[in-house]
Amino acid sequence: MSSATATVRGAVRSAPVPAGKTVLDPESQELLQALKGSGRAYDEACARLHELLLRAARFEVSRRRRGMNGGEADVIAMEAADDALLAVLRRLDDFRGLSKFTTWAYKFALYEAAVKLRRRAWQDRELPLEPEALGFFHSASPGPDDYVEVRERLGKIAAAMDDVLTPHQRRVLVALAVNGVPIDVLAERLSTTRGALYKTLHDARAKLRAHLEETS
Amino acid sequence: MNEPNSNELIGRLLGPAGPEIGCDACFEELDRYVELEAAGEDADAAVPGLSAHLEGCPACREEHESLLALVRDD
Repeated sequence: MSSATATVRGAVRSAPVPAGKTVLDPESQELLQALKGSGRAYDEACARLHELLLRAARFEVSRRRRGMNGGEADVIAMEAADDALLAVLRRLDDFRGLSKFTTWAYKFALYEAAVKLRRRAWQDRELPLEPEALGFFHSASPGPDDYVEVRERLGKIAAAMDDVLTPHQRRVLVALAVNGVPIDVLAERLSTTRGALYKTLHDARAKLRAHLEETS
Repeated sequence: MNEPNSNELIGRLLGPAGPEIGCDACFEELDRYVELEAAGEDADAAVPGLSAHLEGCPACREEHESLLALVRDD
């Protein structure tokens, strides 16, 4: 790994940003300055920011609404924009000027909308967390290039999951990778965070890969 | 959910082979990464490990796709 990156518990940190790359565009500068101010200019900037966030939230909802009616979709978009506004205002000092301010703000609205949509899709469903769901392995549909070796590899992975993973790692891997439970939904049900859950998934995958390499 | 074929399932179980950042770091870097992509610059060199994370994390992948589409739409 180059000196520009550093290993962090099996992950990497991004390379340092070169000096001179943090000059804000005029629109970002103006909006940011008003949001850090007070009075009427602050109120107007908040309203402008909310408009931007609502646009982003509606964009996300329209892409992934999956049969939702228009009224419900708009409620989700509005709630996402409201939550994103609070998040952006709370984290203003974290904005580093490495992108346009609008792009930085958009990601909060997209995140809030996406999480709400995924949670809504799974709200009345029981989460398949148990290792019994591994029966699914044996019925995985053959792909166009599905050979005997591929099925054997799948069998080795299933055995390795029993041999090298902790019960928690196995439950998380089964839910996320086998059963397609969205990570935010699982994080909420397990009272943890998306970041912590992904770390569990990452470690489980690394264990499996290492075990397969050792035993191949 | 549609049943995956065996190759897809193996990919989801083993995840990306290279070093990757986590969900929190992905969120922190996503705006910069997307603007570099939209500008045709080498986003992967600027933010190592993010593309591997997108390969391994469907939720972050969805949000990346949406932010890139939104920025391109602007």
